[in-house]
Amino acid sequence: MTRIAVVDYGAGNLVSIEQALTTVGAEVTIIDGPGGIAGADGLVVPGVGAAAPAMAQLRDQGLVEPIRAWIAAGRPYLGICLGLQLLFESSDEDGAEALGVLAGRARRLANAPTLPHIGWNQAVQTREHPLFAGIEQAADFYFVHSYAGELAPSAAAAVLATTDHGDRFASAVAIGSLAGVQFHPERSGIDGLRLLANFVGLVASGATGRAATREPGVAVSA
Amino acid sequence: MLRRRVIPCLDVADGRVVKGTRFVDLVDEGDPPDLAERYAREGADELVFLDISAAPQGRSTLLDIVARTARRAFIPLTVGGGVRSVDDMRAVLRAGADKVSLNTAAVADPELVTACARRFGSQAVVVAIDARLREPGASSSGWEVLVRGGRDTTGLDAVDWAERVVELGAGELLVTSIDRDGTGSGYDTALLRAIVDRVPVPVIASGGARTPAHLVAAIVEGGADAVLAASIFHRGLVSISEVKQALAQAGLPVRSIPAAPAAA
Repeated sequence: MTRIAVVDYGAGNLVSIEQALTTVGAEVTIIDGPGGIAGADGLVVPGVGAAAPAMAQLRDQGLVEPIRAWIAAGRPYLGICLGLQLLFESSDEDGAEALGVLAGRARRLANAPTLPHIGWNQAVQTREHPLFAGIEQAADFYFVHSYAGELAPSAAAAVLATTDHGDRFASAVAIGSLAGVQFHPERSGIDGLRLLANFVGLVASGATGRAATREPGVAVSA
Repeated sequence: MLRRRVIPCLDVADGRVVKGTRFVDLVDEGDPPDLAERYAREGADELVFLDISAAPQGRSTLLDIVARTARRAFIPLTVGGGVRSVDDMRAVLRAGADKVSLNTAAVADPELVTACARRFGSQAVVVAIDARLREPGASSSGWEVLVRGGRDTTGLDAVDWAERVVELGAGELLVTSIDRDGTGSGYDTALLRAIVDRVPVPVIASGGARTPAHLVAAIVEGGADAVLAASIFHRGLVSISEVKQALAQAGLPVRSIPAAPAAA
């Protein structure tokens, strides 16, 4: 069985992500420190809220370096919502320094008609990727956020799907074995479960063995 | 494009779904997780549980219901009723809810809105506003905020209060017309419009739905981002797909309901 570690750093609803991953056949462990990472096949970082307290919490729990090392080693990672935003260099939300794995920053959706961006919106796939296997083009997913990742031009190739809410933003990214979604697959009904099943399938098949940080120009730190 | 949401509300008392007329005269309508799963399958975009238990033990029952629902319905769940502290909110979120709705407690202690938003993010904090016309039939006189399930007056102006709670950190407002609730005479679109025009956050319309046209009007005339209804769904008077059809026919973006997957 595919072992997925879900990082608990006090940011949001873990029940739904744990249950959704279990539903699609993963063996889920909730980890709140570096100890549990080693035994996992895939890492999921969920979370909602602001970047600075999240980074502070991850640091307090001794998780920043293990997560960086995990990603640098090209091991499967799925960031959800804040777990995607933390991959960037920084967040405008509170000037937070983030993990710095993807070139770019999290930026407020300045032209949004309503904020937070809450509700179902379309993820328009910009290229084919196994994460979206079996999911129709422009399928609806559930979003809850005010900030979104803005990739640096050098990292634009990582974009997998975009969504419009006043501004167009990257709602899914993938590079090597690293993936992130701005929406909440664990709250996006059947298509959300499908996406999680695809991630678990990718982890199980070991098909995502390429280190993200070896993509020239995309990553900012090794 | 952001979809307009259709949200069934389950009023829960001591472990069962009930729906009253003007918050009294309750009628038992079923097991919450069963209903929740059914609505998720039928295309509900979110779910709201409002705990109206009188007895203290209703609380642990509610958390158990939230946990059971979170394991079966993979759509967002908001829980309201009885949340009076950051710790209460944490317990509800840990049980599996995505958002908490504050009503009476927010009026009693506005700083609670800020404390909850700081701790869990604005997106997790819904403020529910129960409002009643100051003079029946005259929207020009404004609306007053009521608390304790519509029993107590507060003197607060509903539109001013809406603005204030957004400043305090609310990420979403759930606006119920007590005049219309349970009457089936349609949402108070003037109330909705007055609030929507003053706040940047999404507004959920509540109170008075009887026909799909009412839900359309709440969005088109009232400007609501989402429509909430209870008894029309519980009693099978209107289905979620009928509502979505009506919204789509009115030119409003709605989420299509994906086909169920093959058994995993």
